[in-house]
Amino acid sequence: MASIPQIFESMDYGPAPEAASPALSWIEEHGGRFGHFIGGTWVEPGAGEWFESMNPATGKPLARVAQGSSEDVDRAVKAARAAQPGWADAGGHARARHLYALARQVQKHSRLLSVLESLDNGKPIRESRDIDIPLVARHFYHHAGWAQLMETELADSAPLGVVGQIIPWNFPLLMLAWKIAPAIAMGNTVVLKPAEFTSLTALLFAELCHNAGLPPGVVNVVTGDGRTGEAIVTHSDIDKIAFTGSTDVGRIIRVATAGTGKKLSLELGGKSPFLVFEDADLDSVVEGVVDAIWFNQGQVCCAGSRILAQEGIAEKLTARLRARMETLRVGDPLDKAVDIGAIIAPVQLEKITALVKQGEDEGATMWQPSWSCPTEGCFYPPTLFTDVSPSATIAQVEIFGPVVVMMTFRTPAEAVELANNTRYGLAASVWTESVNLALDVAPKLAAGTVWVNCTNVFDASAGFGGYRESGFGREGGREGLREYVKPRWTEGRKVGKSEGAKAGGKSTRADERSPAQGRVQTFRASDLPTIDRTAKLYIGGRQARPDSGYSLVVHDASGAIAGEVGRGNRKDIRNAVEAAQSARPWTKGTAHNRAQVLYYIAENLAARSDEFRKRLRSLTGDRSAAREVDRAIERVFSAAAWADKWDGHVHHTPFRNVTLAMPEPIGVIGIVCPESAPLLGFVSTVMPAVALGNRVVVIPSGRAPLVATDFYQVLETSDVPAGVINIVTGEPDELTPVLAAHDDVDGLWHFGSAEGAAEVEKLSAGNMKRTWVDYGLERDWFDEEQGAGREFLEHATQVKNIWVPYGE
Amino acid sequence: MAQISRQAANAGAGGDLDPRFIPRNPGIPLELDWVRDVRINRSAVERRAATLGTRRTVKKEWQAAWLLRAITLMDLTTLSGDDTPGRVRRLCAKARQPVQPDLLEQLGASSLRIRTAAVCVYHAMVPTAVEALAGSGIPVAAVSTGFPAGLSPFAQRLAEIGASVEAGAEEIDIVITRSHVLTGDWQALYDEVRAFREACGDAHIKTILATGELGTLRNVARASLVCMMAGADFIKTSTGKEGVNAVLPVGLVMVRAIRDYLERTGHLVGFKPAGGIRTAKDSLVWLSLMKEELGPRWLRPELFRFGASALLTDIERQLEYFATGRYSANYRHPMG
Repeated sequence: MASIPQIFESMDYGPAPEAASPALSWIEEHGGRFGHFIGGTWVEPGAGEWFESMNPATGKPLARVAQGSSEDVDRAVKAARAAQPGWADAGGHARARHLYALARQVQKHSRLLSVLESLDNGKPIRESRDIDIPLVARHFYHHAGWAQLMETELADSAPLGVVGQIIPWNFPLLMLAWKIAPAIAMGNTVVLKPAEFTSLTALLFAELCHNAGLPPGVVNVVTGDGRTGEAIVTHSDIDKIAFTGSTDVGRIIRVATAGTGKKLSLELGGKSPFLVFEDADLDSVVEGVVDAIWFNQGQVCCAGSRILAQEGIAEKLTARLRARMETLRVGDPLDKAVDIGAIIAPVQLEKITALVKQGEDEGATMWQPSWSCPTEGCFYPPTLFTDVSPSATIAQVEIFGPVVVMMTFRTPAEAVELANNTRYGLAASVWTESVNLALDVAPKLAAGTVWVNCTNVFDASAGFGGYRESGFGREGGREGLREYVKPRWTEGRKVGKSEGAKAGGKSTRADERSPAQGRVQTFRASDLPTIDRTAKLYIGGRQARPDSGYSLVVHDASGAIAGEVGRGNRKDIRNAVEAAQSARPWTKGTAHNRAQVLYYIAENLAARSDEFRKRLRSLTGDRSAAREVDRAIERVFSAAAWADKWDGHVHHTPFRNVTLAMPEPIGVIGIVCPESAPLLGFVSTVMPAVALGNRVVVIPSGRAPLVATDFYQVLETSDVPAGVINIVTGEPDELTPVLAAHDDVDGLWHFGSAEGAAEVEKLSAGNMKRTWVDYGLERDWFDEEQGAGREFLEHATQVKNIWVPYGE
Repeated sequence: MAQISRQAANAGAGGDLDPRFIPRNPGIPLELDWVRDVRINRSAVERRAATLGTRRTVKKEWQAAWLLRAITLMDLTTLSGDDTPGRVRRLCAKARQPVQPDLLEQLGASSLRIRTAAVCVYHAMVPTAVEALAGSGIPVAAVSTGFPAGLSPFAQRLAEIGASVEAGAEEIDIVITRSHVLTGDWQALYDEVRAFREACGDAHIKTILATGELGTLRNVARASLVCMMAGADFIKTSTGKEGVNAVLPVGLVMVRAIRDYLERTGHLVGFKPAGGIRTAKDSLVWLSLMKEELGPRWLRPELFRFGASALLTDIERQLEYFATGRYSANYRHPMG
């Protein structure tokens, strides 16, 4: 050991170890082996299989953990199911008390949790102690409040039931908190599977639940690997799956749960941009990069892994970053003066090493600090790539390690373009001293979280979640609660009558017959023949003939021919999506302007109400035609009214900061209209979507498509900009899959059959588009709650949280 | 500007402060574009400052060694209206022997020459201090230029520097005119500090920014740059008399300004946080800040000082705790 005079000269840092012994004793007390936590007690794995949880810093085993079989999962689901009604009926206040107790438990045992987390995961003790565990406690406190307020603030919402939750290894206990706290606050019970690399803090948390007197079965922890996860995902008695992990696995889960009616939220990968403008405080930017990519060894889904620097300052930034990297310290995670701990496992280390090599092979300049990284255990030095082009592999794929790439841009517009040049959309960080620039750029970034002059800051009161292939759903804040409730009216819903077929009813719908089979009207000598009306597709603000050159005959209620509509095909869908994509100014425009257009639509619809009444009566034979038209006009008004009132929130994140939770339009939404109420169904779905700034591609009701084609004449007279609403008639069963699989469609609403819904959900996995399907269940479009209101607005938007710290 | 040649000639001959290694900062012409370009993001600075003490820590031998180093970086200070020659002599005796020899022996550190970096007093006490420290090699620092407000007549302030240098002070801690900063009159600030530096001659000049009165961190950074351009050997946070004295975010901003100045001019400038640093733990965080942001050269008295009066006692107690394993008491350590 160095003597004091030697250290006095060198002024080096020495070891500053946090004791591992309390955590190791806790493992010891459990005999070094852990079963599942099911129904409030420890349960041995049914198949008697165990696996080892390793300390990545030493490569040595810490404990043996049960490998969950599908029987174990089933047992846990049964326990959760049995507990759920009582838990929900206990009421918000009782649940709030329990969540409060859990928060207290976490605080009381915070050091044990921190040490255990660092041992099992390899993250520096500073991070588990100062970041992870305090955020865990905060999450339970915050959601204790939501439990308390549920009955008033979410009065029309009901719990989902049993929730299956699968979490990753990078923030084991924090991800557990993000999953469990909102779920149980809202009256659900959970079956949670921690990642197989990092089960231990979840098991300690289970013990805390027990000690805090949480009713048995409310929280169940089943450990295991991907097979256990699969058993949860495919379990038939689970109402919702919440998953955080890789996009690849998220996609598998999306496909696996398609059509099952399981609600789904996915928080997936990212390649988050870190934009540095020339007027930024560069020294603070450097620390921002440290927080962005050298936090948790870069194993962070929202890690700022792509630095985009304005050309004029790029060189200076590179030099300062390199200087800063020299002072980072990699090593023993339990050392209190270590910045970067251990990589989770050898397999991850290999992946990082391979990607870095590929980056070098592809011609980028790799730089690592001069000091040597520990060679025992799983460690990787901080790494900076410059001379990187957007097409380089390392600029596109998620490395999930302490490796950052740097590119340059010339203008703010180019910065946004580069930032958005990714399949992901989890987070972004913007560094500038100009409030104008920051608030201009933040809304343009396709990311669920935008941090201005900060990065990787989190709080229970602010939603976190992705755009694009980074998943959907939010965790935290008011917006996160939605993932764990459903509208109360949907409880006990039955299969809808007219929604029975795949995409639309076959009964009186458009039919492909020979045009020779009949003219509609009987000819009387005194009459002139009616002028033939050709209903076309409506794409990009123009009436367009179908690419196929075919038409479909539409019959009225009596079976007579009512007219013909174009038979759209995949190319028409393609054209419609392109038109919708280029109508982006609609989204950027003001809500006031959109409302004006919608009111104008209502005005013109009212002027033609007789015509629509007749059309509806003839097509559906339904006596409610007059009522449907009146209600449709009202719905347009309702959507117009909401256009400038679907406000966001300013979250109370606990530091000097404004966190703006802004509902942003999804983008281009495909809408497959319901069969029932052809006009009202069309209006009730299309209008709220466009009111909030989306552009839509509509596949009208197969039963009465002429209502929709009549409607484009209303649109044409109402100043609706080209491409905002596109209508493609044809066989819904043929068109819907094209929309569902289209990677430039951001969302898809489907009000057809259960079978169609399953297909939509399955195909949506390609680009992880947001889907809203009714599984063929009934919805009364005349009812205000079912046919209008918040549910529509929520699906028409996704919440972006913009964090703006302030202070001069 | 005629001063520049003389300033340059002084470079490398700066008193007793190890001139072999640290040439004096000769200053540069005022660069207003640079001053105006300064960007400081307060929230980000505060975040970094908040984690300085949580990212780094030293324990056991390392802590003891770092604390001994902290003592050698200390400008042991008394700046009170009731200062007397007796009080100053007592302080100087403490500066010569800040840690009891038996304690040093217990620490295995008897080989180290532990004494404070300087003793800092008002002008009136300079002769007493010079006499009391004779032969020790410990320089006397004098606060000057109408300390602490700095609003006495300019000629008088210049004369005060001259008098203190004449009386044997080797370091002069001047206060700047805050209104120059608050009104953005950078030229006036530059000229003032230039003149002060000229008056100091071979004595080193520490420019006290009184950051607690500058309003914003951006002002702190700008004032730091202007003082360095004008030839400051050290930039110092506070007089100890402002409402807010040495705090980490301010220190971080000043230290980064020093780094920026070094990068662009090649000149080394020292840093002195003063006021409010009372605990051993505080001093360790400041040392981490210097090591992390500027590197080990700034862990030596040529480039780093603590302005402190109460800090030493706490450090002595911590050293004794390390040596004996028992928590110590103030009265066990000789007063300064």
